[in-house]
Amino acid sequence: MNPTMAGKPRLYYFNGRGRMESIRWLLAAAGVEFEEVFLETRQQYEKLLNDGFLLFQQVPMVEIDGMRLVETRAILSYIAAKHNLYGRDIKERAIIDMYVEGTIDLMAIIRVHFKLSPKEKEENLKLIIERATKRYFPVYEKVLKDHGQHFLLGTQFTWADVQLIEAILMTEEKEPDILSEFPSLQAFKARICEIPTIKKFLQPGSQRKPPPDEKLLQTANRVFNRK
Amino acid sequence: MQFETEIVFQIITLYIKSGIETCLLSLVSHCEVIFFCQNRKGNMAEKPKLHYFYGRGRMETVRWLLSAVGVEFEEQFIQSKADLEKLKKDGLLLFQQVPMVEIDGMKLVQSRAILNYIAAKYNLYGKDIKQRALIDVYSEGAWDLGEMIMQLPWKYIDPEEREKETIVILEKATGRYFPVFEKVLKDHGQDFLVGNQLSRADIQLLETILATEELKEGVLSKFPLLKAFKTKISNISNIKKFLQPGSPRKPPLDEKMLAEAINIFY
Repeated sequence: MNPTMAGKPRLYYFNGRGRMESIRWLLAAAGVEFEEVFLETRQQYEKLLNDGFLLFQQVPMVEIDGMRLVETRAILSYIAAKHNLYGRDIKERAIIDMYVEGTIDLMAIIRVHFKLSPKEKEENLKLIIERATKRYFPVYEKVLKDHGQHFLLGTQFTWADVQLIEAILMTEEKEPDILSEFPSLQAFKARICEIPTIKKFLQPGSQRKPPPDEKLLQTANRVFNRK
Repeated sequence: MQFETEIVFQIITLYIKSGIETCLLSLVSHCEVIFFCQNRKGNMAEKPKLHYFYGRGRMETVRWLLSAVGVEFEEQFIQSKADLEKLKKDGLLLFQQVPMVEIDGMKLVQSRAILNYIAAKYNLYGKDIKQRALIDVYSEGAWDLGEMIMQLPWKYIDPEEREKETIVILEKATGRYFPVFEKVLKDHGQDFLVGNQLSRADIQLLETILATEELKEGVLSKFPLLKAFKTKISNISNIKKFLQPGSPRKPPLDEKMLAEAINIFY
């Protein structure tokens, strides 16, 4: 049975951010409506496995345009390319890829935070702040400052901008003053949040998920049979 | 004055910094201007230059792809912490990390950005976005398995822990990844994974198969199509050449190389 060709993309994941959140952001930014199937039980997961829906036995999985895509980057790249958010040529794509990968690396550190012990959380928070303020945000600040345009690639809104706004907001949840030394990023944040599709995504009632909590961890452990 | 190299890969409008030795102005689409800057050593048709330490790590797949399409490249090996610090200080590493590849006037970092660019440039990425998606899915799967293997010596220093983890990885190889690729080949009966032509997915799968076999010989025993695939892809002339001694292919990490790398990066 193949997923329907017409119809909205359908996302298979937990009812939480995790690795699917960037995909929700990108679809929302592109103004694409999507459906979600939330993993709650082990049986659900096993059924997906037995039905051959999860190529490498993992989620995220997205049914889109007759395909069942897995692997977060494959999914994101497809959506970006389909909706003209991936630049106009391979060099622009390379720049977008670099910027995107930087935000992915930063968000990966934040993503695991809620699973850590209190002592580990202390250390991880220091790492988040250090990486954000010394390695990643200075790069994006300089890019924006140097060309003085609205978006990372200049006048063109791309996938890189969506990743960056997600990363900024996620970091601010951990350290509200994180942008205090980055005026161009502050202006960027204000501008991007006003884009109608993104503004809508940031409002209550959207498909944006809240920060992860203990309940999400328990659900994931239950579904994956982890202790 | 320090030559700021970030601009070689940023799209900017008329922006000149002093200290550039020679500059080529090139008008590219939509009236945006990209500066290509030369140094005294070379011209635009230079070979790609790879910056990494002398080992596979996250640069090896780049070496595989370039070699598979017959593109010669240079390598500058980081041999000490000072070498790495110099690259950082000179502003050559966007996120202060390697791999970094100088190619077509850009200083690309982030493995996936580098691989995506090479694949697109040299026609290893299929013919449309759906084929690209499929190639990405398979390449990411191969990468996930390859990454586990690559990180073994780094993350599992204790031999007993490493032994345990090796078993876990081999189970994933034969239980999760190889069955997928075996089925793909079986279902369409073609020589290549996607679109009946060589793509990065085939090269990355071969690389990962060989790395897995280094952990345990005979790991393909239950996968006849993968065995045939391995032979076929290995016999493609550029790849055959890469698999021979004297090529840029790097050996697996031994204890000495690991100790040196730890000194450089930690």
